[in-house]
Amino acid sequence: MGWARKILRVNLTQGTCTPEPLNMQWADEYLGSRGLASKYLISEIDPKVDPLSPDNKMIMSTGPLTGTMASTGGRYTIVTKGPLTGAIACSNSGGFFGAEMKFAGWDMIIFEGKSPKPVYLYVENDRAELRDASGLWGKSCWETEETIKKQHQDPQIRVSSIGRAGENQVLYACVVNDLHRAAGRSGVGAVMGSKNLKAVALRGTKGVGGIKDFKAFMTATTEAKKVLADNAVTGEGLPKYGTQVLMNVINEMGSLPTRNHKDVQFEDAAKISAEAMHEKRASDGKSQLVTNAACFGCTIACGRISEIDKGHFTVVNKPEYWGASGGLEYEAAWALGAANGVGDIEALQYANLLCNEQGMDPISFGATVGAVMELYEMGVLTNEQIGVDAPFGSAEALARFTEMTALGEGFGVEIGQGSKRLCEKYGHPELSMTVKGQEFPAYDARGIQGMGLTYATSNRGACHLRSYTVASEVLGIPVKTDPLVTEGKPELVKAFQDATAIFDSAGICVFTSFAWTLADVQPQLQAACDGDWSMEKLNLVGERIWNMERQFNTAAGFTRKDDDLPPRLKTEPAQTGPAKGLVSGIDKMIPEYYQIRGWTPEGVVTEETAGRLGL
Amino acid sequence: MLKSLHIDPAKCTGCLQCEMACSYEHHGVFNPSKSRIKVFNFEAEGKKVPYTCTQCAEAWCMNACPVDAIRLDAATGAKVVHEDICVGCKVCTIACPFGTINYEQDSGKVQKCDLCDDNPACAAACPTSAITYIDADWTGLDKMRQWAAKANTATPAT
Repeated sequence: MGWARKILRVNLTQGTCTPEPLNMQWADEYLGSRGLASKYLISEIDPKVDPLSPDNKMIMSTGPLTGTMASTGGRYTIVTKGPLTGAIACSNSGGFFGAEMKFAGWDMIIFEGKSPKPVYLYVENDRAELRDASGLWGKSCWETEETIKKQHQDPQIRVSSIGRAGENQVLYACVVNDLHRAAGRSGVGAVMGSKNLKAVALRGTKGVGGIKDFKAFMTATTEAKKVLADNAVTGEGLPKYGTQVLMNVINEMGSLPTRNHKDVQFEDAAKISAEAMHEKRASDGKSQLVTNAACFGCTIACGRISEIDKGHFTVVNKPEYWGASGGLEYEAAWALGAANGVGDIEALQYANLLCNEQGMDPISFGATVGAVMELYEMGVLTNEQIGVDAPFGSAEALARFTEMTALGEGFGVEIGQGSKRLCEKYGHPELSMTVKGQEFPAYDARGIQGMGLTYATSNRGACHLRSYTVASEVLGIPVKTDPLVTEGKPELVKAFQDATAIFDSAGICVFTSFAWTLADVQPQLQAACDGDWSMEKLNLVGERIWNMERQFNTAAGFTRKDDDLPPRLKTEPAQTGPAKGLVSGIDKMIPEYYQIRGWTPEGVVTEETAGRLGL
Repeated sequence: MLKSLHIDPAKCTGCLQCEMACSYEHHGVFNPSKSRIKVFNFEAEGKKVPYTCTQCAEAWCMNACPVDAIRLDAATGAKVVHEDICVGCKVCTIACPFGTINYEQDSGKVQKCDLCDDNPACAAACPTSAITYIDADWTGLDKMRQWAAKANTATPAT
C-alpha cells in the first residue's frame, strides 16, 4: 500500500479540518510527496495567484516510503506557489515530522485560505483541530516547539513551525521542524505566515502498516541499506564530515562562488570547512562539531550537531546559544561564509543558529548579504543606510545582518526581500546572483558547467537539489563527466532532474542518490506500493512531474528569458583555478536542453510531449 | 549460553530504525509509539541514547505481577509478558524501577522487550552497531578491550 490513503484539508478562513480520501489515480500517476502534492496544488490554484494571498494554498506531503524502514524514509515536502520566485515552490525536509504525519494516518495536509487570527494545527491521529496561537506569535521556532510540547504535556509531539522570519514574510523564510531541520528554500515559511498559521503539531500512534509485500520490502530495504553503508560517500564521507566534506573539494575545483560570485576560490575555505569543524579550538580546546546525527530512518546520518565557541563575540553574553544544536552544512557554510568572504567559522555558526531559530533560508539570506556587501563596497549602500560597515569579510556585519533580518529590524527588512528585489531597488539588478528570483547555492556555474543549466532550468529558481550534476561532474557518480565543458550536459541535467523527482516523491532523501540509482529505489517502491512501479514507469513519472511543474510555471508567466543566468557568469571569466578564463556556456546548452525535453524553442511543453507524458 | 542486548549510546545517531523494527516485529506496523525500545534525544548535549529492558535476573515486574503473567523464558533469559494471562492492572509498570515495561492502550495489556525469541529485531536493524546482542556474561568485553589497548600503549615494550 505505502500510502495512508487519506488527506486532511484545513480551511483556515473557515477554521475547518476535513478528511478526504487520497486520489489514488493521482497517486499512481505522481507517486507521492513532491509529485503528488504538486498535482493537487496545480489542480486547485490559479497559476497567476499572488503567493501571499489567501487564494494560494500550501501543502505538506509525505511519500509512500515516509515512515517506513526504507533508509532516509522520513522526508516530507511543502508545496506552494513561492513568494520569492512566483514559480512553483517545493521544499523538502527531514527530521521526524514527516514520519509522524504518516503515523497519524495522513498522506498530506492541504492548507487553504487565511485564518483571521494566529492559529496552529494540532493533529492526534484522526483528530485534527485548529488552536489559538496568539500566545505563540512572535516566538521563535525553538520556543514554539517547546511551548506546544509543554502545553500538551507531551514530549513526543513533533512540530513544524515558522519563526519571526515567516511571520514577517521574509521572502525566503522557511518552515522548521525538530529544531534544526527545515523546508528551507523558496519562502514556504512566508506563505505559512501569510495564512496566520504558526505551527503544525502532530502526534501519531497508528503507524504505517499495509506494506504490500513485507518480505520483499525488508529484503529490498536491507539490500539498499547495504549499498549506502558500502559506498564511500554515504558510508564514510557524509557521516564523518557531513555535506561540509565538499568545501575544500569545490574550492580546489575553482567552483566555490566567493564575494557575490566575483571570485571562484575562497582563500579562507579551509577555515570554514568540515576539517575545521573537527579541529580543537585554541580558545576552549573543544571542536565545534559535537557529533553527527540522523533524521528519521536514515542510515547515513550526515547531520551536524555543533557547539559554538562560548567566548566568541557573537554569543559571549547569550548563553541561550551555548548548547549543542544544528551545525554547519555545506550550503549554509558557503552562503554565510564564502559568498560574503567571511572566514570566521564561529560567526557562521551563529548566523546559522539564528536562521534555524527564526526560520530563514541561510542560502538565500547569505547570498543576499553578499550582494549587499558588494553594493557597500561600490559605495551604493552606506553605513547610514544600512546601520553597519559591511565590507566583504566582515563577520560583525554578517552577525548584525542576521539579527536584523531574522527579527525584521532596520535594513534587515530589505535583506529579507532577497537579492533580486534589493539589487533592483538600488539600481544594480545585474548584481543579483539569482535565477527566477532565487539565490544560487554553492557551486559556480563557470567551473561546473552542468550546474549552470541546473540553475537556469530549475522549476523553483536557482537550486542544486533539482539535478545535482556535481555528483557526476565532480564525484564521478554514476559516471564522471568533465565539469568544464557543456557537451553532454543537457542530457545529464535532464536525467538527473527526472530521477530526482522520483527520489523526492518517494519520501526519501536525495542524498541516497550518491550511492543509489533509481534501480535501487525501484524494488523498495514496488514492494511497498500497489500497482506497477517498474523502471519504465518510474522514468515516465519522473519526467511527468518535471513537465507538470514546468507547465505551471509557464502558466504563471515564466518564459525562455527566465531560464538564464546573471550576466556576471556569462561575461566575467573565472579568475583562478581550473576554470580560469571560462564563463558559463548556458546559451549553448538551453536550446539543446529544450529539444531533448521535447519543448518548443521558447521552452514551452509541446502538446505532443504533454500527451506522451499523460499531462 | 545466554545473550543480552548491549547498548553503546556513543554510536547511536538517533535514526529510530530500532523502534520501527521492534514495532514491526511485535505489531506488524512501522510505529515507534509501539516500540519497546526508545531512543532519547538529549538535544543540548547532542546525545542520543537507546534504552530498553535489561532483563533483570530478579525482575521487579515479574515479582509484582499478581496473575503470574510475566514469566522467564529459560532459553533466552527474557522476562516475557503472556498476553493471554495479563489483566492490564499495570502494577508491573509501577514496580519496574527503569520504566521499561509499559501499558499498551490498544491491547489493554502491558508490553516489554522479549528479546524477539533470541533474535532481537532492534539489534539487526541498527546501522551503527549501537545496539548489539552479545554474550550476557561479557557485556563489558568491548570496553575492557579499549582500556586494554590503552594500557598496552602506555606500557613500554620489554
